[in-house]
Amino acid sequence: MAHATTTVQDQETKLIEELGYDDHFHEHEHGDKYKSNFITKYIFSQDHKIIARQFLITGIIWAIIGAAMSVIFRLQLGFPDESLAWLQPLLGKWIEIDAATGVGKLSQEFYYALVTMHGTIIVFFVLTAGLSGTFSNLLIPFQIGARDMASPFLNMLSYWFFFLAGVVMFFSLFLSTGPFAGGWVAYPPLSALPQASDGSGAGMTLWLISLTLFVVSVGLGGINYITTVLNLRTKGMNMWRMPLTVWAFFITAIIALLSFPVLVSGFLLLMFDRGLGTSFYLNEIFIGGQALDHIGGSPILYQHLFWFLGHPEVYIIILPAMGLVSEVLSTHCRKPIFGYKAMVYSILAIAFLSFIVWAHHMFMAGVNPFISNFFVIFTLIIAVPSAVKVFNWISTMYKANIRYNSASLFAIGFVSMFISGGLTGIFLGNSAIDIQMHDTYFVVAHFHIVMGVAAFFGMFAGIYHWFPKMYGRFMNETLGRIHFWGTLIGAYAIFWPMHYLGMAGVPRRYYRFDSFEYLRPFEDMNQFITIAAIITFGLQILFVVNFFYSIWKGKKMTTKNPWGATTIEWTTPIEPIHGNWPGKLPAVQRWPYDYGKDGREFIPQIEPIGPNETEVH
Amino acid sequence: MKTGLLIIGSLLLIIVVVVQIGKITELAAKIRGEEEVQIETNNRMGRFMMAFLIAFMALVFWSAIKYKNYMLGYGPHEAASSHGPELDSMFNWTLFFTGVVFVLTHIALFYFAYKYKGRKGVQAAFLPHDNKLEIIWTAIPAVVMCFLVIRGLVAWNEVMGDVGADDEYIEVEATGAQFLWYLRYPGPDGILGERNYKLITGSNPLGQDWTDDANLDDFQPTDLVLPVGKKVRVRITARDVLHSFFLPHFRVKMDAVPGMPTYFVFTPTKTTEEYRQELSKYPEYQLPSDPNDPESEPLWKTFNFELACAELCGKGHFSMRKVVRIVTEEEYKAWLSEQQSYYMTTIRGKDDDPRKGELLPGESAPTEEAAPAEETTNAEETTTSDE
Repeated sequence: MAHATTTVQDQETKLIEELGYDDHFHEHEHGDKYKSNFITKYIFSQDHKIIARQFLITGIIWAIIGAAMSVIFRLQLGFPDESLAWLQPLLGKWIEIDAATGVGKLSQEFYYALVTMHGTIIVFFVLTAGLSGTFSNLLIPFQIGARDMASPFLNMLSYWFFFLAGVVMFFSLFLSTGPFAGGWVAYPPLSALPQASDGSGAGMTLWLISLTLFVVSVGLGGINYITTVLNLRTKGMNMWRMPLTVWAFFITAIIALLSFPVLVSGFLLLMFDRGLGTSFYLNEIFIGGQALDHIGGSPILYQHLFWFLGHPEVYIIILPAMGLVSEVLSTHCRKPIFGYKAMVYSILAIAFLSFIVWAHHMFMAGVNPFISNFFVIFTLIIAVPSAVKVFNWISTMYKANIRYNSASLFAIGFVSMFISGGLTGIFLGNSAIDIQMHDTYFVVAHFHIVMGVAAFFGMFAGIYHWFPKMYGRFMNETLGRIHFWGTLIGAYAIFWPMHYLGMAGVPRRYYRFDSFEYLRPFEDMNQFITIAAIITFGLQILFVVNFFYSIWKGKKMTTKNPWGATTIEWTTPIEPIHGNWPGKLPAVQRWPYDYGKDGREFIPQIEPIGPNETEVH
Repeated sequence: MKTGLLIIGSLLLIIVVVVQIGKITELAAKIRGEEEVQIETNNRMGRFMMAFLIAFMALVFWSAIKYKNYMLGYGPHEAASSHGPELDSMFNWTLFFTGVVFVLTHIALFYFAYKYKGRKGVQAAFLPHDNKLEIIWTAIPAVVMCFLVIRGLVAWNEVMGDVGADDEYIEVEATGAQFLWYLRYPGPDGILGERNYKLITGSNPLGQDWTDDANLDDFQPTDLVLPVGKKVRVRITARDVLHSFFLPHFRVKMDAVPGMPTYFVFTPTKTTEEYRQELSKYPEYQLPSDPNDPESEPLWKTFNFELACAELCGKGHFSMRKVVRIVTEEEYKAWLSEQQSYYMTTIRGKDDDPRKGELLPGESAPTEEAAPAEETTNAEETTTSDE
């Protein structure tokens, strides 16, 4: 067995040496190119592999913070009458203790701050930077056969702008007026006027600065991803030979580059309204006992600008996850991804449509109802490419020979989540049904399953699958499987009941449900959701322990290509080196999904098409 | 503090135990041969997949039946407006189509996961694509979407349309403010008077312009009272930040935007009393309304329609409640006759009355407004108050 794998590896090395492309990289770079010391190697690193790990670990830290926040506000929703005094050492004045009874209550202001921060952190810091940032950096150069990103320096800046954005956001948590508390969408006038909410003062200022820095990070990363994919593909790697991961990252970067700047323009106008007395979003407001001078603006303008990013943003989150899942599923099914070209075209279709559906978030915002007709049509068209993707994933599993491990489990879980959450989008995208469903728990259930849980599942599949590529070791399988089953069941236990809450008309972003008679019967359900959330959160700690434990103590990787994958990242040495390949760059001879072809378990991309073989296009 | 330490301690303990289990299984795999262990894992995970499918589907159907009464158009959760049943039926058609797709795709997904678990010496089939299949499953969703889009848009344009020129309707106004709703009725003249946000004071919360005669008979009730079967046009405004006018039982929702009045037109079809009678058929509404007092009235008797806020507006967002009462035409008239003009009761003759000492049109001395005439809702008159 060991002997056989060595010969395979020798053969691969020989193939690269014979057919590969000599870019004379190592001739010019004697020894250590950057003369790296600890700081340039691990901190201000320009190596895509290190930057990927930086994005990932920063993302994991933010995920813990963001998820812990949700546990705290779930405690409030599930057990509104229990004392939260025990949280006072952590939250300080935000737990208001009744002097007479000693009962501690989560302050209303801080409840909304937690809800807001949870959304902002998970959407931007975890599922945008932590997911796309990690895997675009790791996999684009590896899978297209590049030495590094097109601009390693901009790539480094991209991470550090993200880091800075995180620092600013983190500081805002400690303001005496609290962090921003007006919802992650930050609709003015609530977000524009400090009189409207404590968090709309300094908290909002820091929020805006943080996210502007974040957009800089996304821009620098995006330019790099696009340039690298277009210019640095190795010999033979034409666009139709790129793995679906690279396709997904490439298209994601284009979407991000086109949409995030619009968000910044929206933010700029908001900053002007806040600081310079302009009235882009403000009109005829009486607040805090005072009639403001702002006249002539429209809060709906902000909503258009926000959702022009906001909707593509959900695809910026989910497309990389889709790419990762396609790759992981195919590799572990030992079967080509079904309908490779259809998968690419559906990514393109989704990316295009993502720019013309934004106002479906605004059906009930007071826009002309006639306009909504267009947005309903385009929104529901998205169901078609999404359905194609789902059917293709399921067909990939048909007559497969599935190797079960944490990565493939999470990939299958992703498909289930994407189906469940995607189907509820058909309700919400239809404006007539949205009249009732808008801003209820039905929406919360929908987007948490389809872009929250599903994207996390895609990310977990990617982490378990490429962990050996990142650290030369494996994550613990048993813990990974417990993590998967617990999270699958837990996530459904949290979000499935929310559909029923939404149908019953329970509005989202409520601090308590006892002000209304019609909201009272849901006490048990809310308790159940909270308990499920706490348990599921606990299981994620298991993942974190597994992750950090395995970095140093995990089972060592002994062969270059442990999964028997066709793609070229698995032809690089186990110990990562600068420039990825020691000699020549591998030349690519075929598409990336030759699994189970002609009686062979897999044929690496670097192997030429045999004389009697027909190439798959 | 003690419990906190205990929780942290036990969590750490659990983590240590689990890590040890992980280590042991890794060792066992080494001893027994990785390939054999992988096949065993495949078998176990495949069986789990099947078990999950069965349990998941069972729970989905069980919960759908158990919570049927929360779903649109079922049991007590029936729409109380004329457009509601159409939306509920749209919801249920969508539920039907998505339900079929949900069940079939999940059965395929988890059955394949079970059936095609990795076996020894077996090779996966090489099936890169099948154009015919792919065209079919592009076309089917497209056709279903067409059906849903067309029905949805017909309903949407019907529901969202404004009142016609010769419709008979009642116009009322709801204004969202941090953190309450102000309601305003046009009074006997059927016209909502002019407002200017610069005129807002403590005693004039809506900034009504008292020099506009149409304002003199407007009144601000505590409850939203409407007659059954009459078309209502709610003019929705906001004073400070965004709010959203949400009547869950009537399938009505529309954001309240400062500086830009919006509207929603609907017709209540059930009086509060009729709705209560329907609720009385359901066991969950037989429970006492006060959980601490078993002798209190059953829930169905104390039921009220409610107005809520559905757009985050600040820390008191969750508490913006108003009671909505749907009554018969006669009850409505009687109620109207009891309502007193806000100007007459609160402003007239006070220091902040711009018409202090002035005679109002058609009177010699300030008197209370009389009961409304039959024609409170003339379309031509009310449309002038719009915008």
